[in-house]
Amino acid sequence: MKRYDLIVIGAGPSGLSAAIEAAKRGLSVVVFDENEKPGGQLFKQIHKFFGSKAHKAKIRGFNIGEMLLKEADAAGVKVVLNATVTGMYLDKEILVRQENAMVHYKGDSIIIATGAAENTITFDGWTLPGVMGAGAAQTMMNVMGIQPGKKILMLGSGNVGLVVSYQLMQAGCEVVAVVDAAPKVGGYGVHAAKVARCGVPFYLSHTVIRADGNEMVEKVVIAEVDAHFKPIEGTEKAFDVDTICIAVGLSPMSQLLKMSGCEMEDNPKKGGQVPIIDDFGETSIPGVFASGDVSGIEEASSAMIEGKMSGICAAEYLGYCTEAEKESALARLEEDLDNLRQGMFAPKNRGQAIELTDEGIELSKSLLTKGYMEDADMERFPGVTHTKGVHPVIECTQNIPCNPCQDACPQKCIMVGDDITALPIIDEERACIDCGMCVASCSGQAIFLVDEDAGEGQATVTFPYEFLPLPEKGDIGIALNRKGEALCEAKIVKVKTSKAFDHTALVTMAVPQEQAMSARFYRKENN
Amino acid sequence: MEKVITSQGIVDRSKDIGPFVPEADDDRLICRCEEITKGEIRKAVHEGMYTVTEVRRYLRAGMGLCQGQTCGRFVKGIIASELGVSPAELEPATSRSPMRPVEMAVLGHEV
Repeated sequence: MKRYDLIVIGAGPSGLSAAIEAAKRGLSVVVFDENEKPGGQLFKQIHKFFGSKAHKAKIRGFNIGEMLLKEADAAGVKVVLNATVTGMYLDKEILVRQENAMVHYKGDSIIIATGAAENTITFDGWTLPGVMGAGAAQTMMNVMGIQPGKKILMLGSGNVGLVVSYQLMQAGCEVVAVVDAAPKVGGYGVHAAKVARCGVPFYLSHTVIRADGNEMVEKVVIAEVDAHFKPIEGTEKAFDVDTICIAVGLSPMSQLLKMSGCEMEDNPKKGGQVPIIDDFGETSIPGVFASGDVSGIEEASSAMIEGKMSGICAAEYLGYCTEAEKESALARLEEDLDNLRQGMFAPKNRGQAIELTDEGIELSKSLLTKGYMEDADMERFPGVTHTKGVHPVIECTQNIPCNPCQDACPQKCIMVGDDITALPIIDEERACIDCGMCVASCSGQAIFLVDEDAGEGQATVTFPYEFLPLPEKGDIGIALNRKGEALCEAKIVKVKTSKAFDHTALVTMAVPQEQAMSARFYRKENN
Repeated sequence: MEKVITSQGIVDRSKDIGPFVPEADDDRLICRCEEITKGEIRKAVHEGMYTVTEVRRYLRAGMGLCQGQTCGRFVKGIIASELGVSPAELEPATSRSPMRPVEMAVLGHEV
């Protein structure tokens, strides 16, 4: 039987982070993953991440995956792929399927970072081909390069539903609606807004009643639900679609922990069956740790920090670093993790009805129920000013842990402050130089550069654009409002791309002056 | 009425849960791998299967290719609703090796 100081199960963001920290401290580390590629879900995340520099904010998920793999390689971590851990037993022994054999391994410590699986819901027709998890659709388009369908309905308005809806459109699919049984959008308002401004309608307090079709999904019927989530008769709406994506949460894949004898709990706030762990991931069995989604559903940024913590604790458990070294490393990580767990979407605030921002500003009701802000809502937020000349307009109206805009501005026009969940504030005294760094740095695509008086009765609006083909200078098309409705004619006056923008193009359109604070997106006339 | 599952987590089989009443969506497939419907699971509860483990052994729901990854939550929910308890009160299904399907020829080839 082969032995290692540390066996990590799962080569996703958490498992790799754990392995790196342990290997750096001298442990012999092996990571097993059942997939043919490492990285877990990171390599299908093509969007820019939220957070601060410490959390690798504004870097796209797959690039973070590449960074982790390089780091793991440099630290001497052995990653074994196509290796399914099928069992975990007493005394930290595991059984792994590798090719056509079952191989036994023993670790002096084990970190379980097996992640989570997608939930679904049942309705008549839910087993028809064309009904799939949103994560599955994301794998198809972003990893395998296959369109999951042509016309798609998204069930679920959490961040997964919203981000995948946007990516489906980037992949050339049509998203006919985002549907959620909850009365409010579950994910970040900025994610909802970038979907809504493409013209996707939101149906909150609605659910899928049935999917119709012979060989596959051809039609989906949704209906409004009452306060008890029961469909209201007569409110049915039908859409012709070939695909229904389901984004209704994740369940921890915690079976290995359970079978090894770790104490477990059923915790709905953490997504289901999870091991009982201390602040740094140690389970009821000394030397066995759980980190990332398997110990409670969060997201990749916190999973990476949890992984690091477990890796350091495993090193100290086996005597590869002193307790003092462990404590000082953990203190820094705890601070990073704590910063991520603040704001309106923090795990501790799940299920709470929040109506005001930390600053005491009333949230936009239309953002929460329709996915976009009404023009009138904008003015009360500190990122929206009417400075003369080109200036940033930051439509960031919820307290989420994110601050790349502050670092991006060379003129220091944008201030978030030490509390990274604070809403960005514009310093009107400092002159914007129209560089666009803030627009490209905003992971939520919520920053626009507006010149409310560009001469001849025109205003210019610069917006982030992540679709291909890019518009070209001189193109005439239609300016869209935040709801995705046609507003007026728009002329493209500038299209800026740069390595520093990391594939976000900055498109500037000229619109009539009165539309300066309404025009937020663009489409070519002929579609 | 006292509940079927006591506060100590004991399943009290002497409690009457009432007769099986057919519902409109009884034909809906719940466990896709083993093709078990909602009605079959509901009936099984009325036939005396009060725990997830019993239903699994009786119907094979959750014992197919996906090992209950998709339907486990639903099966538990249906049993709980039939017993008039919350899903969290039910003992979850046992996890045991192999937690992913493995061909017998491979399983027998230990190195």
